[in-house]
Amino acid sequence: MNAITLRSVTKHFGEVRAVDGIDLTIGQGEVVAVLGPNGAGKTTTIDMVLGLSTPTDGDVAVFDLHPREAVERGLVSAVLQSGGLLKDMTVRESVEYTAALFPSARPVDEALTAAGLTAIADRRIKDCSGGEQQRTRFAMALVPDPELIILDEPTTGMDVAARRAFWQAIHADAEQGRTVVFATHYLEEAETWADRVVVVRSGKVVADGTPAELGAMTAGRVVRATLPDADPDALRALPGVVEVEVRGSSVTLVSTDSDALARHLLTQTAARDLEVAGRSLEDTFVALTGGDAETTPAPEGLPR
Amino acid sequence: MTTAPSTDVTSRPLPRRTLVNPTILRIEMRRLVRNRRILVFTFVFPAVMLVFIGSQITGSDDSMGPHAVANVGAYVMASMAVYGAVMATTSAGASVSIERAAGWSRQLRLTPARPLSHVVVKMLVAVVLGATATLVTFVVGAATGTAHVTAIAPWWQMALVIVLGSLVFAAFGLFMGYLLPSENAMQFLGPMLAILSIFGGLFSGPLPTDSLYGQIAQWTPIYGLSQLAHWPLTLTTTGAHDAFRMAWVLNLVVWGLVFVAGAVWRFRRDTERV
Repeated sequence: MNAITLRSVTKHFGEVRAVDGIDLTIGQGEVVAVLGPNGAGKTTTIDMVLGLSTPTDGDVAVFDLHPREAVERGLVSAVLQSGGLLKDMTVRESVEYTAALFPSARPVDEALTAAGLTAIADRRIKDCSGGEQQRTRFAMALVPDPELIILDEPTTGMDVAARRAFWQAIHADAEQGRTVVFATHYLEEAETWADRVVVVRSGKVVADGTPAELGAMTAGRVVRATLPDADPDALRALPGVVEVEVRGSSVTLVSTDSDALARHLLTQTAARDLEVAGRSLEDTFVALTGGDAETTPAPEGLPR
Repeated sequence: MTTAPSTDVTSRPLPRRTLVNPTILRIEMRRLVRNRRILVFTFVFPAVMLVFIGSQITGSDDSMGPHAVANVGAYVMASMAVYGAVMATTSAGASVSIERAAGWSRQLRLTPARPLSHVVVKMLVAVVLGATATLVTFVVGAATGTAHVTAIAPWWQMALVIVLGSLVFAAFGLFMGYLLPSENAMQFLGPMLAILSIFGGLFSGPLPTDSLYGQIAQWTPIYGLSQLAHWPLTLTTTGAHDAFRMAWVLNLVVWGLVFVAGAVWRFRRDTERV
Protein backbone atom coordinates (compact mmCIF):
# COMPACT_ATOMS: atom_id res chain seq x y z
CA MET A 1 0.00 0.00 0.00
CA ASN A 2 1.31 3.43 -0.94
CA ALA A 3 1.28 6.39 1.37
CA ILE A 4 0.12 8.68 -1.44
CA THR A 5 -1.42 7.80 -4.78
CA LEU A 6 -2.23 10.54 -7.29
CA ARG A 7 -3.85 9.44 -10.55
CA SER A 8 -4.22 11.98 -13.39
CA VAL A 9 -4.96 14.69 -10.87
CA THR A 10 -5.91 18.12 -12.14
CA LYS A 11 -7.00 21.24 -10.32
CA HIS A 12 -8.29 24.24 -12.19
CA PHE A 13 -9.07 27.64 -10.74
CA GLY A 14 -11.14 29.17 -13.50
CA GLU A 15 -8.84 29.29 -16.50
CA VAL A 16 -5.72 28.56 -14.46
CA ARG A 17 -4.52 24.97 -14.48
CA ALA A 18 -2.71 24.95 -11.15
CA VAL A 19 -2.28 21.17 -11.34
CA ASP A 20 -2.32 19.81 -14.86
CA GLY A 21 -2.30 16.02 -14.69
CA ILE A 22 -0.06 14.63 -11.95
CA ASP A 23 0.54 10.90 -11.60
CA LEU A 24 2.62 10.11 -8.55
CA THR A 25 2.94 7.37 -5.97
CA ILE A 26 4.90 7.70 -2.78
CA GLY A 27 5.68 4.55 -0.86
CA GLN A 28 5.73 4.13 2.90
CA GLY A 29 8.93 5.18 4.60
CA GLU A 30 10.16 7.40 1.76
CA VAL A 31 11.49 10.90 2.40
CA VAL A 32 10.49 12.87 -0.67
CA ALA A 33 11.19 16.46 -1.63
CA VAL A 34 8.80 18.18 -3.99
CA LEU A 35 10.78 20.85 -5.73
CA GLY A 36 9.44 23.56 -7.98
CA PRO A 37 9.29 27.28 -8.58
CA ASN A 38 6.57 29.38 -6.98
CA GLY A 39 3.27 28.72 -8.65
CA ALA A 40 4.30 25.26 -9.87
CA GLY A 41 1.35 23.65 -8.10
CA LYS A 42 3.11 22.29 -5.00
CA THR A 43 0.78 23.81 -2.43
CA THR A 44 -2.31 23.06 -4.52
CA THR A 45 -1.27 19.41 -4.72
CA ILE A 46 -0.57 19.26 -0.98
CA ASP A 47 -3.99 20.76 -0.25
CA MET A 48 -5.64 17.97 -2.21
CA VAL A 49 -3.60 15.26 -0.46
CA LEU A 50 -4.75 16.72 2.87
CA GLY A 51 -8.37 16.93 1.80
CA LEU A 52 -8.36 20.73 2.10
CA SER A 53 -9.51 20.90 -1.49
CA THR A 54 -10.85 18.43 -4.02
CA PRO A 55 -9.35 17.77 -7.46
CA THR A 56 -11.13 19.02 -10.55
CA ASP A 57 -10.44 15.59 -12.03
CA GLY A 58 -8.51 12.46 -11.10
CA ASP A 59 -8.08 10.49 -7.89
CA VAL A 60 -6.22 11.23 -4.69
CA ALA A 61 -5.74 8.47 -2.11
CA VAL A 62 -3.80 8.47 1.13
CA PHE A 63 -3.09 4.94 2.41
CA ASP A 64 -5.79 3.90 -0.07
CA LEU A 65 -8.30 6.05 1.77
CA HIS A 66 -10.07 9.26 0.90
CA PRO A 67 -7.82 12.09 2.19
CA ARG A 68 -10.43 13.31 4.67
CA GLU A 69 -10.72 9.85 6.21
CA ALA A 70 -6.94 9.55 6.40
CA VAL A 71 -6.88 12.89 8.25
CA GLU A 72 -9.63 11.79 10.64
CA ARG A 73 -7.81 8.55 11.43
CA GLY A 74 -4.66 10.54 12.13
CA LEU A 75 -2.71 8.80 9.35
CA VAL A 76 -1.57 12.03 7.79
CA SER A 77 -0.75 15.42 9.26
CA ALA A 78 0.96 18.50 7.98
CA VAL A 79 3.07 21.52 8.77
CA LEU A 80 1.65 24.27 6.62
CA GLN A 81 3.67 27.14 5.32
CA SER A 82 2.24 29.87 7.52
CA GLY A 83 -0.72 30.61 9.73
CA GLY A 84 -2.51 27.94 11.69
CA LEU A 85 -1.53 29.31 15.09
CA LEU A 86 -3.33 31.68 17.44
CA LYS A 87 -1.12 34.39 18.89
CA ASP A 88 -2.77 34.44 22.30
CA MET A 89 -2.31 30.72 22.94
CA THR A 90 0.81 29.23 24.47
CA VAL A 91 2.89 26.62 22.69
CA ARG A 92 1.56 23.95 25.04
CA GLU A 93 -2.06 25.01 24.59
CA SER A 94 -1.73 24.82 20.80
CA VAL A 95 -0.52 21.22 21.11
CA GLU A 96 -3.08 20.36 23.82
CA TYR A 97 -5.91 21.73 21.70
CA THR A 98 -4.84 19.53 18.79
CA ALA A 99 -4.39 16.50 21.04
CA ALA A 100 -7.90 16.93 22.42
CA LEU A 101 -9.31 16.45 18.92
CA PHE A 102 -7.72 13.05 18.25
CA PRO A 103 -9.04 9.91 19.94
CA SER A 104 -5.60 8.37 20.41
CA ALA A 105 -3.16 11.22 20.56
CA ARG A 106 0.46 11.02 21.59
CA PRO A 107 1.05 12.57 25.00
CA VAL A 108 1.44 16.33 24.69
CA ASP A 109 4.77 16.33 26.54
CA GLU A 110 6.17 13.74 24.15
CA ALA A 111 5.28 15.85 21.12
CA LEU A 112 6.76 18.95 22.78
CA THR A 113 9.99 17.09 23.52
CA ALA A 114 10.24 15.66 20.00
CA ALA A 115 9.96 19.16 18.57
CA GLY A 116 12.44 20.60 21.08
CA LEU A 117 9.87 22.88 22.68
CA THR A 118 9.93 21.78 26.32
CA ALA A 119 11.80 24.89 27.47
CA ILE A 120 9.37 27.30 25.81
CA ALA A 121 6.13 25.34 26.29
CA ASP A 122 4.46 28.12 28.27
CA ARG A 123 5.49 30.91 25.92
CA ARG A 124 2.75 32.67 23.96
CA ILE A 125 2.81 32.13 20.21
CA LYS A 126 3.14 35.87 19.63
CA ASP A 127 6.41 35.85 21.61
CA CYS A 128 7.87 32.96 19.60
CA SER A 129 10.33 33.35 16.74
CA GLY A 130 9.44 32.07 13.28
CA GLY A 131 11.46 28.92 13.90
CA GLU A 132 9.77 28.29 17.24
CA GLN A 133 6.35 28.76 15.66
CA GLN A 134 7.29 26.32 12.93
CA ARG A 135 8.42 23.76 15.52
CA THR A 136 5.09 24.29 17.29
CA ARG A 137 3.32 23.41 14.03
CA PHE A 138 5.59 20.38 13.82
CA ALA A 139 4.68 19.32 17.39
CA MET A 140 0.99 19.70 16.49
CA ALA A 141 1.58 17.55 13.42
CA LEU A 142 3.23 14.86 15.57
CA VAL A 143 0.25 14.62 17.93
CA PRO A 144 -1.76 12.01 15.97
CA ASP A 145 1.47 9.99 15.50
CA PRO A 146 0.88 10.03 11.72
CA GLU A 147 2.26 7.51 9.25
CA LEU A 148 2.77 10.37 6.81
CA ILE A 149 3.80 13.92 7.54
CA ILE A 150 3.67 16.65 4.92
CA LEU A 151 5.68 19.85 5.22
CA ASP A 152 4.92 22.78 2.93
CA GLU A 153 8.02 24.96 2.61
CA PRO A 154 8.69 24.43 6.29
CA THR A 155 11.78 26.59 6.69
CA THR A 156 10.72 29.70 4.80
CA GLY A 157 11.85 32.74 6.74
CA MET A 158 14.01 30.84 9.25
CA ASP A 159 17.58 31.77 10.00
CA VAL A 160 20.40 29.29 9.61
CA ALA A 161 20.37 28.00 13.18
CA ALA A 162 16.57 27.60 13.24
CA ARG A 163 16.69 25.83 9.91
CA ARG A 164 19.25 23.36 11.19
CA ALA A 165 17.34 22.71 14.43
CA PHE A 166 14.13 22.19 12.49
CA TRP A 167 15.60 19.69 10.05
CA GLN A 168 17.37 17.81 12.80
CA ALA A 169 14.05 17.36 14.59
CA ILE A 170 12.40 16.15 11.37
CA HIS A 171 15.30 13.87 10.58
CA ALA A 172 15.31 12.23 14.01
CA ASP A 173 11.61 11.64 13.56
CA ALA A 174 11.84 10.21 10.03
CA GLU A 175 14.33 7.60 11.21
CA GLN A 176 11.47 5.86 12.95
CA GLY A 177 9.99 4.94 9.59
CA ARG A 178 7.56 7.78 9.08
CA THR A 179 6.92 8.84 5.48
CA VAL A 180 7.94 12.46 4.99
CA VAL A 181 7.00 14.62 2.03
CA PHE A 182 8.19 18.19 1.91
CA ALA A 183 7.78 20.96 -0.61
CA THR A 184 10.65 23.36 -0.88
CA HIS A 185 12.33 25.78 -3.21
CA TYR A 186 15.63 25.47 -1.39
CA LEU A 187 17.53 23.07 -3.63
CA GLU A 188 20.08 22.17 -1.01
CA GLU A 189 17.39 21.14 1.45
CA ALA A 190 16.10 18.69 -1.12
CA GLU A 191 19.59 17.39 -1.82
CA THR A 192 20.52 17.07 1.84
CA TRP A 193 17.37 15.64 3.36
CA ALA A 194 15.46 13.71 0.70
CA ASP A 195 15.90 10.17 -0.66
CA ARG A 196 13.85 11.14 -3.65
CA VAL A 197 13.20 14.42 -5.43
CA VAL A 198 10.12 15.15 -7.50
CA VAL A 199 10.39 18.26 -9.63
CA VAL A 200 7.15 19.99 -10.49
CA ARG A 201 6.66 22.67 -13.10
CA SER A 202 3.46 24.28 -14.37
CA GLY A 203 1.33 21.69 -12.60
CA LYS A 204 3.20 18.66 -13.97
CA VAL A 205 5.93 16.34 -12.75
CA VAL A 206 8.99 17.01 -14.92
CA ALA A 207 11.54 14.85 -13.10
CA ASP A 208 11.50 12.19 -10.43
CA GLY A 209 14.52 10.40 -8.95
CA THR A 210 17.19 10.36 -6.27
CA PRO A 211 19.14 13.60 -5.84
CA ALA A 212 22.12 11.88 -7.51
CA GLU A 213 20.04 10.80 -10.49
CA LEU A 214 18.69 14.28 -10.91
CA GLY A 215 22.15 15.79 -10.72
CA ALA A 216 23.33 13.41 -13.45
CA MET A 217 20.45 14.45 -15.71
CA THR A 218 22.25 17.63 -16.53
CA ALA A 219 25.83 16.57 -16.69
CA GLY A 220 28.37 18.66 -18.48
CA ARG A 221 29.98 22.03 -18.17
CA VAL A 222 29.19 25.42 -19.53
CA VAL A 223 31.69 26.87 -21.99
CA ARG A 224 31.33 30.53 -22.91
CA ALA A 225 33.32 32.33 -25.56
CA THR A 226 33.29 35.30 -27.90
CA LEU A 227 33.04 34.00 -31.47
CA PRO A 228 31.82 36.33 -34.20
CA ASP A 229 29.60 34.93 -36.96
CA ALA A 230 29.17 31.59 -35.25
CA ASP A 231 27.06 28.96 -36.97
CA PRO A 232 24.90 27.17 -34.39
CA ASP A 233 24.69 23.99 -36.46
CA ALA A 234 28.45 23.79 -36.76
CA LEU A 235 28.79 24.38 -33.00
CA ARG A 236 26.38 21.57 -32.28
CA ALA A 237 28.74 19.15 -34.03
CA LEU A 238 31.67 20.04 -31.74
CA PRO A 239 32.92 17.62 -29.02
CA GLY A 240 30.28 16.67 -26.48
CA VAL A 241 28.03 19.66 -27.19
CA VAL A 242 24.46 19.20 -25.99
CA GLU A 243 23.21 22.78 -25.90
CA VAL A 244 23.98 25.81 -28.01
CA GLU A 245 23.05 29.42 -27.50
CA VAL A 246 24.28 32.21 -29.77
CA ARG A 247 23.69 35.84 -28.93
CA GLY A 248 25.48 38.16 -31.31
CA SER A 249 29.13 37.24 -30.97
CA SER A 250 28.63 35.62 -27.58
CA VAL A 251 28.36 31.85 -27.60
CA THR A 252 27.29 29.63 -24.70
CA LEU A 253 27.72 25.89 -25.06
CA VAL A 254 27.02 23.01 -22.72
CA SER A 255 29.35 20.10 -23.27
CA THR A 256 29.94 16.73 -21.71
CA ASP A 257 33.58 16.98 -22.79
CA SER A 258 34.51 20.55 -21.99
CA ASP A 259 38.26 19.97 -22.21
CA ALA A 260 38.08 18.73 -25.80
CA LEU A 261 35.65 21.49 -26.69
CA ALA A 262 37.84 24.20 -25.20
CA ARG A 263 40.89 22.83 -26.99
CA HIS A 264 39.01 22.77 -30.26
CA LEU A 265 37.60 26.27 -29.88
CA LEU A 266 40.97 27.82 -29.06
CA THR A 267 42.97 25.99 -31.70
CA GLN A 268 40.55 25.57 -34.60
CA THR A 269 38.32 28.66 -34.40
CA ALA A 270 38.54 32.39 -33.72
CA ALA A 271 37.02 31.98 -30.29
CA ARG A 272 38.47 34.13 -27.49
CA ASP A 273 37.66 35.15 -23.89
CA LEU A 274 36.93 31.51 -23.11
CA GLU A 275 35.30 30.60 -19.79
CA VAL A 276 34.54 27.11 -18.46
CA ALA A 277 32.20 26.67 -15.51
CA GLY A 278 30.66 23.66 -13.78
CA ARG A 279 26.91 23.23 -13.65
CA SER A 280 25.32 23.52 -10.27
CA LEU A 281 22.28 21.69 -8.96
CA GLU A 282 20.57 24.96 -9.54
CA ASP A 283 21.43 24.76 -13.25
CA THR A 284 19.83 21.35 -13.23
CA PHE A 285 16.78 22.76 -11.63
CA VAL A 286 16.59 25.74 -13.97
CA ALA A 287 17.09 23.42 -16.93
CA LEU A 288 14.19 21.31 -15.71
CA THR A 289 11.84 24.06 -14.75
CA GLY A 290 12.67 26.59 -17.46
CA GLY A 291 13.79 30.18 -17.36
CA ASP A 292 10.72 31.24 -15.44
CA ALA A 293 12.01 29.54 -12.30
CA GLU A 294 12.02 31.86 -9.33
CA THR A 295 14.43 29.84 -7.31
CA THR A 296 15.87 31.18 -4.15
CA PRO A 297 19.42 30.07 -3.59
CA ALA A 298 19.82 28.43 -0.20
CA PRO A 299 21.56 30.64 2.32
CA GLU A 300 25.12 29.88 3.30
CA GLY A 301 25.81 27.31 5.96
CA LEU A 302 23.06 24.80 5.35
CA PRO A 303 23.51 21.70 7.46
CA ARG A 304 25.14 18.89 5.54
CA MET B 1 -11.51 4.88 -5.63
CA THR B 2 -10.58 3.47 -2.29
CA THR B 3 -9.60 -0.15 -2.12
CA ALA B 4 -9.85 -2.25 1.02
CA PRO B 5 -7.33 -0.80 3.44
CA SER B 6 -5.01 -3.08 5.35
CA THR B 7 -5.70 -3.72 9.02
CA ASP B 8 -2.78 -1.50 9.91
CA VAL B 9 -4.68 1.53 8.65
CA THR B 10 -8.16 0.84 9.97
CA SER B 11 -6.81 -0.14 13.37
CA ARG B 12 -6.59 3.59 13.91
CA PRO B 13 -9.83 4.68 15.49
CA LEU B 14 -12.15 7.19 13.95
CA PRO B 15 -12.84 10.09 16.30
CA ARG B 16 -15.69 10.08 18.77
CA ARG B 17 -18.46 12.45 17.82
CA THR B 18 -18.49 14.54 20.96
CA LEU B 19 -19.84 18.04 20.64
CA VAL B 20 -18.02 19.59 23.55
CA ASN B 21 -14.51 18.79 24.55
CA PRO B 22 -13.54 19.85 28.09
CA THR B 23 -9.88 20.56 27.23
CA ILE B 24 -10.88 22.82 24.39
CA LEU B 25 -13.51 24.58 26.47
CA ARG B 26 -10.89 25.23 29.16
CA ILE B 27 -8.38 26.66 26.67
CA GLU B 28 -11.05 28.83 25.04
CA MET B 29 -12.06 30.22 28.45
CA ARG B 30 -8.47 31.00 29.34
CA ARG B 31 -7.99 32.81 26.06
CA LEU B 32 -10.94 35.10 26.77
CA VAL B 33 -9.79 35.87 30.28
CA ARG B 34 -6.40 36.84 28.84
CA ASN B 35 -7.98 39.33 26.48
CA ARG B 36 -7.77 42.70 28.21
CA ARG B 37 -10.13 44.48 25.85
CA ILE B 38 -12.87 41.96 26.50
CA LEU B 39 -12.33 42.14 30.25
CA VAL B 40 -12.53 45.94 30.23
CA PHE B 41 -15.69 46.15 28.13
CA THR B 42 -17.56 43.28 29.74
CA PHE B 43 -16.61 43.62 33.40
CA VAL B 44 -14.83 46.86 34.24
CA PHE B 45 -16.72 49.35 32.10
CA PRO B 46 -20.26 48.31 33.15
CA ALA B 47 -19.28 48.18 36.84
CA VAL B 48 -17.55 51.56 36.79
CA MET B 49 -20.43 53.18 34.89
CA LEU B 50 -22.92 51.68 37.32
CA VAL B 51 -21.14 53.07 40.35
CA PHE B 52 -20.58 56.45 38.69
CA ILE B 53 -24.15 56.92 37.47
CA GLY B 54 -25.47 55.54 40.76
CA SER B 55 -23.53 58.17 42.69
CA GLN B 56 -25.23 60.91 40.64
CA ILE B 57 -28.74 59.71 41.53
CA THR B 58 -29.68 60.64 45.07
CA GLY B 59 -32.67 61.21 47.27
CA SER B 60 -36.12 61.24 45.71
CA ASP B 61 -34.56 61.00 42.23
CA ASP B 62 -33.62 57.43 43.09
CA SER B 63 -37.19 56.35 43.75
CA MET B 64 -39.32 54.58 41.15
CA GLY B 65 -42.51 55.27 43.08
CA PRO B 66 -44.09 54.68 46.48
CA HIS B 67 -44.71 50.95 46.06
CA ALA B 68 -41.74 50.00 43.85
CA VAL B 69 -39.45 47.21 45.09
CA ALA B 70 -36.55 48.59 43.02
CA ASN B 71 -34.80 51.93 42.87
CA VAL B 72 -33.44 53.79 39.82
CA GLY B 73 -29.99 52.41 40.60
CA ALA B 74 -31.35 48.91 40.00
CA TYR B 75 -32.56 50.02 36.55
CA VAL B 76 -29.09 51.32 35.75
CA MET B 77 -27.66 48.02 36.99
CA ALA B 78 -29.92 46.06 34.61
CA SER B 79 -28.83 48.30 31.72
CA MET B 80 -25.15 47.79 32.50
CA ALA B 81 -25.58 44.04 32.92
CA VAL B 82 -27.22 43.85 29.49
CA TYR B 83 -24.42 45.93 28.00
CA GLY B 84 -21.69 43.77 29.55
CA ALA B 85 -23.41 40.51 28.60
CA VAL B 86 -24.00 41.62 25.01
CA MET B 87 -20.37 42.71 24.69
CA ALA B 88 -19.25 39.39 26.17
CA THR B 89 -21.34 37.16 23.92
CA THR B 90 -20.61 39.19 20.78
CA SER B 91 -16.88 39.02 21.54
CA ALA B 92 -17.02 35.27 22.07
CA GLY B 93 -18.81 34.78 18.76
CA ALA B 94 -16.72 37.27 16.81
CA SER B 95 -13.49 35.57 17.87
CA VAL B 96 -13.98 33.30 14.84
CA SER B 97 -12.86 36.22 12.66
CA ILE B 98 -9.41 36.18 14.26
CA GLU B 99 -9.28 32.41 13.91
CA ARG B 100 -10.10 32.58 10.24
CA ALA B 101 -7.62 35.38 9.61
CA ALA B 102 -4.88 33.45 11.43
CA GLY B 103 -5.52 30.24 9.47
CA TRP B 104 -6.61 28.43 12.62
CA SER B 105 -9.86 27.29 11.00
CA ARG B 106 -7.77 25.77 8.22
CA GLN B 107 -5.47 24.12 10.74
CA LEU B 108 -8.50 22.55 12.42
CA ARG B 109 -9.40 20.97 9.10
CA LEU B 110 -6.25 18.87 9.48
CA THR B 111 -7.88 17.25 12.52
CA PRO B 112 -11.10 15.32 13.02
CA ALA B 113 -12.68 18.50 14.48
CA ARG B 114 -16.27 19.14 13.45
CA PRO B 115 -16.96 22.74 12.47
CA LEU B 116 -20.31 22.54 14.25
CA SER B 117 -18.74 21.54 17.55
CA HIS B 118 -16.50 24.59 17.25
CA VAL B 119 -19.64 26.73 17.09
CA VAL B 120 -21.14 24.93 20.08
CA VAL B 121 -17.98 25.62 22.11
CA LYS B 122 -18.15 29.29 21.12
CA MET B 123 -21.78 29.47 22.28
CA LEU B 124 -20.92 27.82 25.60
CA VAL B 125 -18.03 30.20 26.16
CA ALA B 126 -20.42 33.05 25.33
CA VAL B 127 -22.96 31.85 27.93
CA VAL B 128 -20.34 31.54 30.66
CA LEU B 129 -18.79 34.92 29.85
CA GLY B 130 -22.19 36.63 29.56
CA ALA B 131 -23.35 35.10 32.85
CA THR B 132 -20.13 36.19 34.57
CA ALA B 133 -20.52 39.74 33.25
CA THR B 134 -24.10 39.80 34.57
CA LEU B 135 -23.07 38.41 37.94
CA VAL B 136 -20.21 40.90 38.32
CA THR B 137 -22.53 43.83 37.59
CA PHE B 138 -25.17 42.53 40.03
CA VAL B 139 -22.60 42.01 42.78
CA VAL B 140 -21.17 45.49 42.27
CA GLY B 141 -24.67 46.99 42.21
CA ALA B 142 -25.71 45.27 45.43
CA ALA B 143 -22.41 45.60 47.29
CA THR B 144 -22.03 49.35 46.63
CA GLY B 145 -25.64 49.99 47.61
CA THR B 146 -26.32 51.50 44.19
CA ALA B 147 -29.10 49.04 43.48
CA HIS B 148 -31.88 48.20 45.94
CA VAL B 149 -34.33 45.48 45.09
CA THR B 150 -36.41 44.42 48.06
CA ALA B 151 -37.72 41.24 46.44
CA ILE B 152 -35.84 38.12 45.32
CA ALA B 153 -37.76 37.28 42.13
CA PRO B 154 -36.57 40.26 40.04
CA TRP B 155 -32.93 39.22 40.56
CA TRP B 156 -33.17 35.77 39.05
CA GLN B 157 -35.68 36.89 36.44
CA MET B 158 -33.30 39.59 35.23
CA ALA B 159 -30.34 37.20 35.30
CA LEU B 160 -32.22 34.56 33.30
CA VAL B 161 -33.43 37.05 30.70
CA ILE B 162 -30.01 38.64 30.28
CA VAL B 163 -28.04 35.40 30.05
CA LEU B 164 -30.44 33.71 27.61
CA GLY B 165 -31.27 36.86 25.67
CA SER B 166 -27.64 37.82 25.16
CA LEU B 167 -27.12 34.51 23.36
CA VAL B 168 -28.82 36.20 20.42
CA PHE B 169 -25.71 38.37 20.31
CA ALA B 170 -23.41 35.37 20.33
CA ALA B 171 -25.11 34.52 17.02
CA PHE B 172 -24.61 38.16 15.98
CA GLY B 173 -20.90 37.87 16.85
CA LEU B 174 -20.56 34.61 14.90
CA PHE B 175 -22.35 36.13 11.90
CA MET B 176 -20.08 39.17 11.92
CA GLY B 177 -17.02 37.04 12.66
CA TYR B 178 -17.63 34.89 9.60
CA LEU B 179 -18.61 37.93 7.52
CA LEU B 180 -15.82 40.36 8.32
CA PRO B 181 -12.43 39.53 6.88
CA SER B 182 -10.77 41.63 9.55
CA GLU B 183 -8.52 40.24 12.23
CA ASN B 184 -10.15 42.48 14.81
CA ALA B 185 -13.85 42.40 14.16
CA MET B 186 -14.48 43.66 17.70
CA GLN B 187 -12.80 46.98 16.97
CA PHE B 188 -15.70 47.59 14.65
CA LEU B 189 -18.37 45.72 16.60
CA GLY B 190 -17.66 47.40 19.97
CA PRO B 191 -18.63 50.92 18.81
CA MET B 192 -21.48 49.43 16.78
CA LEU B 193 -22.93 47.76 19.88
CA ALA B 194 -22.62 51.02 21.82
CA ILE B 195 -24.61 52.82 19.12
CA LEU B 196 -27.20 50.03 18.99
CA SER B 197 -27.49 50.23 22.78
CA ILE B 198 -28.21 53.94 22.63
CA PHE B 199 -30.71 53.55 19.79
CA GLY B 200 -32.30 50.58 21.53
CA GLY B 201 -32.99 52.74 24.58
CA LEU B 202 -30.72 50.71 26.84
CA PHE B 203 -29.34 53.77 28.61
CA SER B 204 -32.52 55.81 28.74
CA GLY B 205 -35.46 55.39 31.04
CA PRO B 206 -38.68 53.66 29.97
CA LEU B 207 -39.41 54.66 26.37
CA PRO B 208 -42.85 55.92 25.36
CA THR B 209 -43.58 54.15 22.08
CA ASP B 210 -45.34 57.23 20.66
CA SER B 211 -42.14 59.32 20.77
CA LEU B 212 -39.86 59.38 17.73
CA TYR B 213 -37.07 57.82 19.82
CA GLY B 214 -39.38 55.06 20.96
CA GLN B 215 -40.54 54.47 17.40
CA ILE B 216 -36.98 54.03 16.16
CA ALA B 217 -35.85 52.07 19.21
CA GLN B 218 -38.32 49.25 18.87
CA TRP B 219 -36.90 48.21 15.48
CA THR B 220 -33.32 47.90 16.74
CA PRO B 221 -31.86 44.65 18.08
CA ILE B 222 -31.07 45.62 21.66
CA TYR B 223 -34.53 47.09 22.38
CA GLY B 224 -36.31 43.80 23.09
CA LEU B 225 -33.64 42.47 25.42
CA SER B 226 -33.39 45.83 27.20
CA GLN B 227 -37.12 46.04 27.85
CA LEU B 228 -37.37 42.40 28.93
CA ALA B 229 -34.42 42.76 31.30
CA HIS B 230 -35.93 45.82 33.00
CA TRP B 231 -39.47 44.54 33.26
CA PRO B 232 -38.93 42.40 36.42
CA LEU B 233 -37.96 45.61 38.25
CA THR B 234 -41.40 47.13 37.74
CA LEU B 235 -42.70 44.82 40.46
CA THR B 236 -44.45 46.63 43.29
CA THR B 237 -45.00 45.66 46.92
CA THR B 238 -48.61 44.85 45.98
CA GLY B 239 -47.34 42.25 43.49
CA ALA B 240 -48.27 44.21 40.36
CA HIS B 241 -46.11 44.73 37.28
CA ASP B 242 -46.15 47.21 34.43
CA ALA B 243 -47.81 45.83 31.31
CA PHE B 244 -45.79 43.12 29.57
CA ARG B 245 -45.57 43.54 25.82
CA MET B 246 -45.12 40.61 23.43
CA ALA B 247 -43.49 43.08 21.01
CA TRP B 248 -40.36 42.84 23.18
CA VAL B 249 -40.18 39.08 22.80
CA LEU B 250 -40.91 39.41 19.10
CA ASN B 251 -38.06 41.91 18.70
CA LEU B 252 -35.58 39.59 20.40
CA VAL B 253 -36.74 36.45 18.60
CA VAL B 254 -36.85 38.01 15.12
CA TRP B 255 -33.41 39.57 15.46
CA GLY B 256 -32.19 36.26 16.89
CA LEU B 257 -33.46 34.41 13.82
CA VAL B 258 -31.86 36.97 11.52
CA PHE B 259 -28.48 36.55 13.25
CA VAL B 260 -28.67 32.77 13.37
CA ALA B 261 -29.64 32.63 9.70
CA GLY B 262 -26.76 34.96 8.84
CA ALA B 263 -24.30 32.94 10.92
CA VAL B 264 -25.45 29.65 9.36
CA TRP B 265 -25.20 31.14 5.87
CA ARG B 266 -21.65 32.42 6.38
CA PHE B 267 -20.61 29.34 8.35
CA ARG B 268 -21.71 27.04 5.51
CA ARG B 269 -19.84 29.09 3.03
CA ASP B 270 -16.75 28.98 5.21
CA THR B 271 -16.72 25.23 5.72
CA GLU B 272 -17.67 24.32 2.15
CA ARG B 273 -14.91 26.38 0.63
CA VAL B 274 -12.57 24.06 -1.23
